[in-house]
Amino acid sequence: MTVGLQHYLVVSAALAALGIIAMVSRRNAINILMGIELLLNAAALNFVAFSRFGAGRPGLPHFEGQVFGIFVIVLAAAEAAIALAIIIAIFHHRSNINADELQSMRR
Amino acid sequence: MSTADVFFWIFAALCLVPAAVVVFSRNLVYSAFALLATLAGVAGLYALLGADFLAVTQVLVYIGGILVLILFGVMFTQKVYDLKAEAMSFKRVRAAVLGVLVFVVLAAAVLGVDWPQAPRDMQPTSAPIGNLLLSEYLLPFEMISVLLLVVLVGAVVVGKKEVREDE
Repeated sequence: MTVGLQHYLVVSAALAALGIIAMVSRRNAINILMGIELLLNAAALNFVAFSRFGAGRPGLPHFEGQVFGIFVIVLAAAEAAIALAIIIAIFHHRSNINADELQSMRR
Repeated sequence: MSTADVFFWIFAALCLVPAAVVVFSRNLVYSAFALLATLAGVAGLYALLGADFLAVTQVLVYIGGILVLILFGVMFTQKVYDLKAEAMSFKRVRAAVLGVLVFVVLAAAVLGVDWPQAPRDMQPTSAPIGNLLLSEYLLPFEMISVLLLVVLVGAVVVGKKEVREDE
């Protein structure tokens, strides 16, 4: 069986499911951030897979999917930078970063 | 099975097995390094899909940038020899059920569709992507550069203010 679009989509679905499990079950804020990164990677993989296989003019490459993949990567970089700044700020205040203990925005 | 198919399975395994380690490992540093393998696997899949520019960007930005940031975060916020990132055990089962449910629904939706099978021809991608970014997608491109600038300033401000309050 040759590898087609659906194989990539199933891999991406598995990545997304693992990311959701990490986001929901993990306690440490950095682990939650890793789950979000997995989820974003799954989305970008979908974009790129569709840009290679998607229905359009046959034989002509489409690059829109790859452009959106780049946007996803840039957004992930921005999100990681700001999230880690917030995590470190919280760590300075409370000396732990367990998400289930962060129930107030004040000290 | 062609060579490309063999590589697909290798890269898919390289994605998913470490991703499971990221999710289920109890050690935060193991999670971070497993994330490295996952991101490398995704970069390999991009290369297989003919997205050479994106594959290199993935390696540079994700592995070279985001992963190093995350490792910094791990080192800053944990005692290095006691890195137990325990999950809330009562939530674990529910989370696993939710994840399996999401996967089953997505996979069923994917496999229920008759997708176009012929891949497009591979071409060099940098030049067309550059042209698209500066013509059709100019506005998103400019907005995302402003966003990056804001994030740069914002991260510095968030980090700096807390230090000053601690003094």
